Amino acid sequence: MSFYLVKRWFKTPLMRQVLQFKVCRRKIQSYNMTYTLLRHSWMKSLPVFSSSFKMLSTKTDKDTIDMSKFPVDRIRNFCIIAHIDHGKSTLADRLLEMTGAIAKTVKNKQVLDKLQVERERGITVKAQTASLIYSHQGQQYLLNLIDTPGHVDFSYEVSRSISACQGVLLIVDANQGIQAQTVANFYLAFEAQMAIIPVINKIDLKNADPERVEKQIEKVFDLSCEECIRVSAKLGTNVEMVLQAIVDRIPPPVASIDDPFKALVFDSNFDHYRGVVANIAVFGGQVKKGNKIVLAHLGKTFEVNELGLLRPHEHPTQKLCAGQVGYIVAGMKDVKEAQIGDTLYLQDQPVETLPGFKPAKAMVFAGMYPMDQTEYPALRNAIERLTLNDSSVTVQRDSSVALGAGWRLGFLGLLHMEVFNQRLEQEHNASVIVTAPTVPYKAVLSSPKLIKEHGSEVITIVNPAQFPEKSVVSEYLEPMVLGTIITPDTYTGKIMTLSLKRRGIQKNMVYIDEQRVMMKYLFPLNEIVVDFYDNLKSLSSGYASFDYENADYQAADLIKMNFLINGEPVEELITIVHRDHAYNTGKAMCERLKESIPRQMFEVAVQAAIGSKIIARETIKAYKKNVLAKCYGGDITRKMKLLRRQAEGKKKLRRIGCVEVPKDAFINVLKRKD
Amino acid sequence: MIGHTLHAGRRALYPGLRYFSETPCGEIIEDVLERTDYPRVTKQASLYVHWPYCLRRCSYCNFNKYIPKDNNDHVMTECLQRETETLLQLSQVSCITSVFFGGGTPSLAHPSTIAAVLETVSRRAYLSDKAEVTLEVNPTPAGKTKLEDFCRAGVNRFSIGVQSLKDEDLKILGRDHSPHQALQTVDEARRLCPGRVSVDVMFGRPNQSVESWENELSELLTVCDDHVSLYQLTLERGTQLFKQVRGGEVTMPAEDVTAEMYQCARRTLQQHGFLQYEVSNFARQNAVSHHNRSYWKGGQYIGVGPGVLREARTQTLEPDVWIREVQQRGHATRRRIQLSHLELLEEVLVMGMRMTQGINPKHWESFSPHLGLHEVFGTSSDVQELIRSGQLILDDRGLRCSWDGLALLDSMLPALLVELQRQMSQRDDRADGRTKRSSDPQ
Repeated sequence: MSFYLVKRWFKTPLMRQVLQFKVCRRKIQSYNMTYTLLRHSWMKSLPVFSSSFKMLSTKTDKDTIDMSKFPVDRIRNFCIIAHIDHGKSTLADRLLEMTGAIAKTVKNKQVLDKLQVERERGITVKAQTASLIYSHQGQQYLLNLIDTPGHVDFSYEVSRSISACQGVLLIVDANQGIQAQTVANFYLAFEAQMAIIPVINKIDLKNADPERVEKQIEKVFDLSCEECIRVSAKLGTNVEMVLQAIVDRIPPPVASIDDPFKALVFDSNFDHYRGVVANIAVFGGQVKKGNKIVLAHLGKTFEVNELGLLRPHEHPTQKLCAGQVGYIVAGMKDVKEAQIGDTLYLQDQPVETLPGFKPAKAMVFAGMYPMDQTEYPALRNAIERLTLNDSSVTVQRDSSVALGAGWRLGFLGLLHMEVFNQRLEQEHNASVIVTAPTVPYKAVLSSPKLIKEHGSEVITIVNPAQFPEKSVVSEYLEPMVLGTIITPDTYTGKIMTLSLKRRGIQKNMVYIDEQRVMMKYLFPLNEIVVDFYDNLKSLSSGYASFDYENADYQAADLIKMNFLINGEPVEELITIVHRDHAYNTGKAMCERLKESIPRQMFEVAVQAAIGSKIIARETIKAYKKNVLAKCYGGDITRKMKLLRRQAEGKKKLRRIGCVEVPKDAFINVLKRKD
Repeated sequence: MIGHTLHAGRRALYPGLRYFSETPCGEIIEDVLERTDYPRVTKQASLYVHWPYCLRRCSYCNFNKYIPKDNNDHVMTECLQRETETLLQLSQVSCITSVFFGGGTPSLAHPSTIAAVLETVSRRAYLSDKAEVTLEVNPTPAGKTKLEDFCRAGVNRFSIGVQSLKDEDLKILGRDHSPHQALQTVDEARRLCPGRVSVDVMFGRPNQSVESWENELSELLTVCDDHVSLYQLTLERGTQLFKQVRGGEVTMPAEDVTAEMYQCARRTLQQHGFLQYEVSNFARQNAVSHHNRSYWKGGQYIGVGPGVLREARTQTLEPDVWIREVQQRGHATRRRIQLSHLELLEEVLVMGMRMTQGINPKHWESFSPHLGLHEVFGTSSDVQELIRSGQLILDDRGLRCSWDGLALLDSMLPALLVELQRQMSQRDDRADGRTKRSSDPQ
């Protein structure tokens, strides 16, 4: 999908057309607000949530929400997208409070961000859904907020949610203005042909300059100033206008209650007691408790045990109707049974399946190994549990002689990988060795024999050890990304130098206002996976923002670099580098190896080689003396203890030729630098 | 004295039990049940007697020792005698082959204490007139004047802690003697026990260079007797010296420099007719220390005195408590360690390889009658590699280090231990298999 985005980036006329088509502008009229009386009733009936929310109502009737009161034209499905820290979660908190989904208290901070990693990093990883009941001009509306992860790395999650939505709130910080992620998110929404409501947040800040931001929005996104709503999510200023805009500007979903039941599974969670809890968007008809439903992909039939709204916590209802969004529990025991993108229909009333989702493509790979092999089963469980709720991570079993049994995991991007690791540590208390990330390369094979063997001319290489030799390849290809950098113009010089070093090709550079520049670079993904972002941040004193989208593959002069220890190649150290970086990479890795391999009884040569040519070398000098110069009766016990420990450790050493290399050495060399 | 030599716990009741005279605060703990299938249980043992007191603490020493509060020679004497008596009785040893008085600073003890202990030994076991009786001596004028009396008490070998011939260095090390006093003590000892005097000397000292070490050693060789013990100063945590090094006040020579010092000393000593018989011990005219050699050969030993061996150094090993315990129970043995057969063989291997002659097949067989030396090490590829690279020698005379290999022994021992453990477990598996088959009901 991102690939198409890149293409379309340059086609402004088309963009205009689409905008005109979908943004229906309406003047905002007088607003007469009444909150629904039943807004708090669900809480009492779900005591499990009462610890975090105040009880404001004594009503206990569970099913006061009659879903048939919300026909399609009273439903709006929307999501909020924003750059990190632009206030997405705060705005969501306010929307929830104002519609009574949650009580108004100072404690409401990032209600939708349930994960520790989300709160710590101020990002949303897992999409959350909240149905808001809002009264506007005497009518009750059902507004479904689908909170989505903000980063392109989670574009799978984003696009997944987006397709259940018809509009987005695009939030921009009134002080910081448009950032790289804002741009990326905008195009995702734009691609999905959604109504976009620009919201300028944090107008209460001293340095807020909403006018400048409006101009940026106009310039970059071609959205007029009048469309922007200036708010302070923190103080609640003008949030009311946002709710009205949702009703007025976002079209209702296209769905008919008269059609046979048809729903899209757009997310799923696993609950130990009830099995799979699927989040669905109903595209036609209705579904009730007790209905027999079929999952189109597997053709399996289940009985609906429970369904309801997410406000944001589960609130059971009797039914869900066309255009509505909610959850469903139907005795599915395996997340694989409720595949995201699958279509649901009633037994005996088959429908044409929905287009579903393109599977996300892993673009960043890293090896993961338990610190100790005895922790393997525990780590396997932890990874399984995490991937249960994040199917965008690809898992492949892998084993390294040095690091033992482990996995090669594929992620959508760098942040995705970091978040996964952090969750693994925080939620599952697993300590892991994570190798430096690599990217999937491609090779165009030249030998007919090999083509036959692989069944295709182009092969994808995830493991550097399987990188084919130049002699059988007509061309190597590397994945590219289109990077967006937004920065104050004082740093453009430095950023251009950095980008050039990373083999970036400048595609575009525009001033989005008087001081800020937006640059577009085509980068090899490999060049930005390790420390590009950190460098960018430090050379711009934290002011530059960066984001990227995938941009297909390009031919590249790639080289497979071997590392030899006393002449023996070490498979787990094989690295793919661009010819221009071969020397520096080889030298740096040899130095790290030298630091990590202990002295041996003989001299050890550490070499980096391309083919048969050695391009870098470090020497580890031999031990000249290693014997304790005193050993009498009393030392025996202590010395024996030490020697027995060494003998035990020796069994775990990786032997390369005669050289004994401790696991730590591999960890130091292969690990990501912190 | 000569604290760093750590003449401490000694093996007793080979191969079964070791008696460690320890902090006296508990019952004897039997770690492992006694096994009966050991070969060569003998009635012979060597005896180590520990004198825990020093006048001051050397800057490099973390060995547990005590500065005496008052004169309690009389009580100490009585207790050492009493414990010697008890342990000899418990161990059933009937012949003591050598005695070593170590410390601490045993030359601070009154010669009559030494005489009393030796007399006790003679009363309880056979102690030949010719048996080696060594005393560690701190080369101060006070120590020197007592040498003659020590000889009369029965000491026939002195080990003198010269350490350095440089005034400056002795000060840094916190020693309480001058180079001149040390040389005088050596002269006096040689007069009394010609051919039976050893000098301890230390290299790898702060700010030392290879050249200065070479000169110092040559100077020492002109005055010393027929035995030299060579030690590398090791920086131990918690010592005064450790703090000084960390604070940057003094610098220790680099690893490569100390390696060169060791090799250079070995060459120099060889040129002067000294034969290296162990990693740190050199002798001329066969003046080897029989007592120490018995450790390296896996002989039995009995240890007497407070704090002879401690596994947990955090304990305070008060001689006063030891005294009370001995007075109450006759001994202060806190722990009896029974070695398993594998552990015993591991020790025989580790200690034996420290000797230049290594381990001969006969010697090995006396400990391991069912698994010969060549069977254990002959097939291992690791051992073969060490032989090929010239570090190790395995032939009819047994297993030993080459000249170069000896300096790298600690790098080779883990490989040898792994091989021994592997062979032993294979042998046990085979034995288990046989037992199983024979016990299968028909």
